[in-house]
Amino acid sequence: MNGGSVPSRRRFLSGNDAVAEGVRLARPHVIAAYPITPQTTVVERLADMVSDGRLSTEYMYVESEHSALSALIGASAVGARTFTASSSQGLLYMAECLHYASGGRFPIVMMNANRSVALPWNILGDQRDSLSLLDSGWIQSYALDAQEALDLTLQAFAVAEHPEVLTPVMVNLDGFVLTHTYEAVDVPPTELADEFLPPFVTANRMDLDRPKSLGFVAGAADNTEFKYLQHVGVLNAAGVIADAEAKFNRIFGRKGGGLAEAYLCDDAEYILITLGSVAGTVRSVVDDLRAAGRRVGLLRLRYLRPFPGKEIAASIGRAKAVGVLEKDISFGHEGAVYTNVLSALARGGNAPPSLNFVAGLGGRDISRADIKGMFDILSDEESPRRFDSPVRFIGLRGAKAGLA
Amino acid sequence: MISIRWHGRGGQGCFTAARLLGAAAVNAGRYALAFPSFGPERRGAPVLGFTRIDDAPITDRSEVSECDGVVVLDDTLLNDRAVVGLRPGGWFVANTRLSTVPFLPEGVRFTALDAWELARQILGKPIVNTAMLGALIAASNVVPVSDAAKAIEEDPGVKQAEKNKALFLKAWHQVTG
Repeated sequence: MNGGSVPSRRRFLSGNDAVAEGVRLARPHVIAAYPITPQTTVVERLADMVSDGRLSTEYMYVESEHSALSALIGASAVGARTFTASSSQGLLYMAECLHYASGGRFPIVMMNANRSVALPWNILGDQRDSLSLLDSGWIQSYALDAQEALDLTLQAFAVAEHPEVLTPVMVNLDGFVLTHTYEAVDVPPTELADEFLPPFVTANRMDLDRPKSLGFVAGAADNTEFKYLQHVGVLNAAGVIADAEAKFNRIFGRKGGGLAEAYLCDDAEYILITLGSVAGTVRSVVDDLRAAGRRVGLLRLRYLRPFPGKEIAASIGRAKAVGVLEKDISFGHEGAVYTNVLSALARGGNAPPSLNFVAGLGGRDISRADIKGMFDILSDEESPRRFDSPVRFIGLRGAKAGLA
Repeated sequence: MISIRWHGRGGQGCFTAARLLGAAAVNAGRYALAFPSFGPERRGAPVLGFTRIDDAPITDRSEVSECDGVVVLDDTLLNDRAVVGLRPGGWFVANTRLSTVPFLPEGVRFTALDAWELARQILGKPIVNTAMLGALIAASNVVPVSDAAKAIEEDPGVKQAEKNKALFLKAWHQVTG
């Protein structure tokens, strides 16, 4: 239960509604956003809240995503708490400004509705938008469900604005599967949210009493140092996230899962590593296979930056094989998450055979049968060649399926 | 876990009915997910809504392939495609004056309600989603009727909440008999 006298309210909300509630509780000074499916209802709900007085904020109407993030960089530079939301092509249109925001150490919080990128045109969910921006200097989290979407949103401000971090955060929700699905969500009272998230105070802002240069040039003589400090800021987020989750649990009575959350991995022989809402479906399959006596586990990556390398290495244990399931492919190589996981396993000195399952592209369903099939391939010890081609496109149709 | 699939046309409140059923289950202390058919919406085009209900948290996020109940809001959608994946022993609840349909799978229980007429009487317009929610609950008892009435009162997306609650209860009474 929560620690205050005012109870949380249990409501039936979509993932987008839950994000909007999290933003309302964070009391941002400035919101600037441009609508795009499947993010649209987040900014609609926030506009409703501003209109009916539940949220007091400067809500800026802008002509594009590039302008939205540019406006927030300016707002953050005078010490404002800021929020935006985007998706897919809109996120990519922001790409230039993503680097400006992270390099300028402006702790903007963004919700991204994970959606396929064109061409072919597609408004449904996959993770190719945000994963293509892993190198933009933003912290990235991936929600499991609507409750976690609210919690990660509120926590994102605490993490981003921490003086040891000062880095923008992108909270990712699977398009439609999370953004448009309704479920029960505990919405905390504002009093408790205020206790969790104090007002934003930063030295990294324009201040007439303490003038300083922001958004400056750094040539070869100083650039490495700035980039090193940016790297340290994101690395520092690991500890700050742990502290924020501990405080959140004290106040709201809900535990976080850290950078990565292991489910039945301790004695698992075969482990699927994944991110986002599909982890819930994997979990239901793991439960069924466990009931049938199979030693399988799930490792859910909640954050991609900072990357949970140590957590992955520690969770793999005695696994005979691992699979990485992601809604992404880096053409000509493998999924970005798989590459990151392999690096962590290699450094951990325990890299079992592995496969990369590419699924859910353009919103294609990832069924329980698909996931059981992945565990079957991983555990098929009769087939020593099963690891010969690590990248497997799940459910691929047509004559070229042999390539997968 | 119980899965209900809703068939309607864009603008008829098909997904609202799916959401109200989910909210009713949560009011009853159970767990629920409600979601529309994903993608663009067009007014008048066939749309689907889904509700999953269980006594434990629902983690499965895959598509609904088999269901325990189907509700058809618009009788122009009353054809054999509406019963695909409907389990034997399930409920087929339709807005129609027909007393049966030729494509009803074996073992499926059929419930009919002339919801157009009820909606015209009570709302003054042909919006039947809350009436069909009443018919489904009367046929299946998937959630207590009081928890669904509360969901109608509290859902910010339901216009004319009092009249819709009256329509819902009238439909429930009519089917319960």
